[in-house]
Amino acid sequence: MSTTETNHPVLELRNVSKTYTVKQGMFGKPKPLKAINDVSLSLNRGEVLGLVGESGCGKSTLAKILLGLEDPTKGEVRVDGEVIGATDRRTLARRIQPIFQDPYSSLNPRKSIEDIISLPLRVHNIGDSNSQDKAVRDILDIVGLPQRVMRTYPSQMSGGQRQRVAIARALIMKPEIVICDEPTSALDVSVQSQILNLLNDLRAEFNLTYLFISHDLAVVEHLATRVAVMYLGRIVEESSVGGLFDTSGHPYTQALLKSVLTPEAGKGVPDTELGMEYPNPIAPPSGCHFHPRCPMAMTHCASIPPRPVPTPEGHVECHLFDSENDHNTGAPLVREGV
Amino acid sequence: MSDATTNMTPDPMLEAIVGPTPGQMLRKRIFGHQGLMIGVVVLGILVLVAIFAPLLAPHDPYAQSLMARMKPPVFLGGTWEHPLGTDHLGRDYLSRLIYGARVSLLIGLVAATISGVIGTAMGVAAGYFGGKVDAVVTYLINVRLAMPVVLVALAVVAILGGSLQVVIVVLGLLLWDRFAVVMRSSTLQVRGREYVAAAKAVGCSTPRVLMSEIMPNIANNLIVVMTLEMAHAILLEAALSFLGLGVQPPTPSWGLMVSEGKNMMLFEPWMVLIPGAVLFVLVLAINLMGDGLRDVTAPENRS
Ligand SMILES: Nc1ncnc2c1ncn2[C@@H]1O[C@H](COP(=O)(O)OP(=O)(O)O)[C@@H](O)[C@H]1O
Ligand code: SF4
Ligand SMILES: [Mg+2]
Repeated sequence: MSTTETNHPVLELRNVSKTYTVKQGMFGKPKPLKAINDVSLSLNRGEVLGLVGESGCGKSTLAKILLGLEDPTKGEVRVDGEVIGATDRRTLARRIQPIFQDPYSSLNPRKSIEDIISLPLRVHNIGDSNSQDKAVRDILDIVGLPQRVMRTYPSQMSGGQRQRVAIARALIMKPEIVICDEPTSALDVSVQSQILNLLNDLRAEFNLTYLFISHDLAVVEHLATRVAVMYLGRIVEESSVGGLFDTSGHPYTQALLKSVLTPEAGKGVPDTELGMEYPNPIAPPSGCHFHPRCPMAMTHCASIPPRPVPTPEGHVECHLFDSENDHNTGAPLVREGV
Repeated sequence: MSDATTNMTPDPMLEAIVGPTPGQMLRKRIFGHQGLMIGVVVLGILVLVAIFAPLLAPHDPYAQSLMARMKPPVFLGGTWEHPLGTDHLGRDYLSRLIYGARVSLLIGLVAATISGVIGTAMGVAAGYFGGKVDAVVTYLINVRLAMPVVLVALAVVAILGGSLQVVIVVLGLLLWDRFAVVMRSSTLQVRGREYVAAAKAVGCSTPRVLMSEIMPNIANNLIVVMTLEMAHAILLEAALSFLGLGVQPPTPSWGLMVSEGKNMMLFEPWMVLIPGAVLFVLVLAINLMGDGLRDVTAPENRS
C-alpha cells in the first residue's frame, strides 16, 4: 500500500505560529490567542499523517495554514522544500486540496452539483466544456455517485452524498495532497465508515498523500501511518501508529487511547480520567500546558515547559522522557482543585 | 480494503436523491404566498400601465383646455369624456395619472438601483474584508444616518434646481444606507461558510469568490431591501414634488398632482384623493412584494 511512501517532505511547517487577537465582550481588551504555537511538522509523499487532538486545539487552523487560507504569524510553509507565500495560492491549489468537516456548509447551496464539482477545472481553465463534463462524470463514478446527480442541488442530498461531492471536487484536479479536516465527524455513524473506506481506496488508487485530521484517535488509527498529537497549539507527540500503542507514550496520548477503548469511543477525553475541562486557550496553563490534567504530573511540570525529545519515530514533549532532565525524580505534583 | 471497486458502484442509499430542486421549492412557496402574489399582480399592472401609457391614456397629459377646467370625475357627475375629470388647467386627470406612473416607477427603480450599487459594494466589502475597510464603511454609514434625508434632499434640490434627473441622482446618493447595513451583515454570515474556504482553496480570485460564492447567497436580502428602498424613493419624490422641490411642472407626477390639488382640497377633495390613492396602492404593492419575498426566501437561508 505504501510503496510510494518516501521520507521527502512534500509539505512542511517550520516553527509556525498563528496568533489570533480575540476580544471578550464588547469592552474587553483584545487578547492574543495562540492557536498554533511554534509547530514544525512534515508530511512525506505517500503517507497518511493523522493529526489528533480535542476540539479547539488548533487542528483546523493548521489545515488552513497548509492550504494557504491563513497566513502564519510566524514561521514558514514549504512545499518540496521551497518557501510558499500566501500569493501562491493558485499554484498551491492544483497540488493541495481540502475536504472539510461539514458537507452542509462546504457546498454552495445555490449551485448545482455539476457546477460545484467542475469549479476547479473552470478556475484553472483545464480543458473545454466537453472534457470538463466528461471529467465530472468520471469523478462521480469514482466517488460512487450516479451521474444524474449532476443536475441536482446540495439541499436534495444526504450528508454522505454531499461529502462524496466534496471529495469529487477535491480530487477532480488530481492533486497530490489532500487535507481531510474531520471529514466524517459531521456524518451519521452508519455513513462514516463508507466515507473512510472511500478515502482509503482513493488514496491507493491515486497515490495521494493525506493529512487526516480528527478528534477521534480510533478513526486516525484506522487510516494513518504516522500520527501527530496536538494539545493547545503544540504537537506534543509524533509517532508511528504502532508506536502509539506503546504504553510509554505521552500521558495525553495515553488518555486519548483510553478514551478510544471506552464504550463511548470518540467522545473526546474522558473527564473521569483527566479530572477537568479543556483549558481556555487565551490563558493556557503555565509550564507544561497539560499539567493540570496530567495524572503523571510532577512539581516542576507546572513551571518548566517540556522540550521536544526525539524518539526513534518522531518526538515527544514531556518531562518524563527528557533524560537530561534531572528533575525527573521529583515528587508528584500536588494538584489543586481537582 | 484495497478493493476500490466496492465503492465504485452506487450504494442503495443513493437511490434516495429526493425532493424538488431549490428552484422548484422556491416557486412553490412564491405561488403559495398570498401577499406576495397580490403585490406582484398590482405592481405588474402598474408597470404595464406605465409602459403602455401612450396607448392607454385617452388624452395628451399636457394638453390644456381652459374651457374644461376642474371637470369632476364620472362618479361625481362628470362625463366619460374625462373619466377622472380635469385639473385646474383643464388637463385630463386620468391621462396625467397614467403618465405619472412612469415618473414614480422610473424614480423608484433608478434611485434604488443607484443606491443599491453603492450600498452593496460598501456593505459586501466591509463584511468580507473586515478590519480597516469595515471601520471606514461603518463610519460612512453612521455619517449618512446622521443626515436627515428630506432636509438634505431639499437643500440640494433647492441649490441645483428641481428636475427628474436631479431628484433621481440625489435620492440614489442618499438611500444606500440600508443596503450597506444589510449587505454587510449578510456577507459576515456567509463569508465564514466552508464553501467560501473551498473556493479559495481551489484558487478562485477574490472577485470571483465575491461574485459567485458570496453574492448568490445574499441576493435574496438585496432584493428585499431593493423593494423597500423603491417604495421609499417613490414616497420621497412625492414629498419633494409636493413641496415644490421635486419634479417640476408640467411633468405629470403624482406628488405634484397632490400639490396642485391641495388649493382646491376643500371644494374638490377628489383632486388630492385620487393621486394620493394610487400612490398608496403602488407603495403598498411594492411593500407586500418585499415582505413576501423575505418570507419566501428566508427558509432556504436557514437550512
Ligand atoms: N478566526 C479566528 N479568530 C479568533 N480565534 C480563532 C479563529 N479561528 C480559530 N480560533 C481559535 O483558535 C483555536 C483553535 O481553533 P481550531 O483550529 O478551529 O481548532 P480545532 O479545529 O482543533 O477544533 C480555538 O480556540 C479557536 O477559538
Ligand atoms: S511534562 Fe509533566 S505534566 Fe506535562 S505531560 Fe509530561 S508529566 Fe504530564
Ligand atoms: Mg476543526
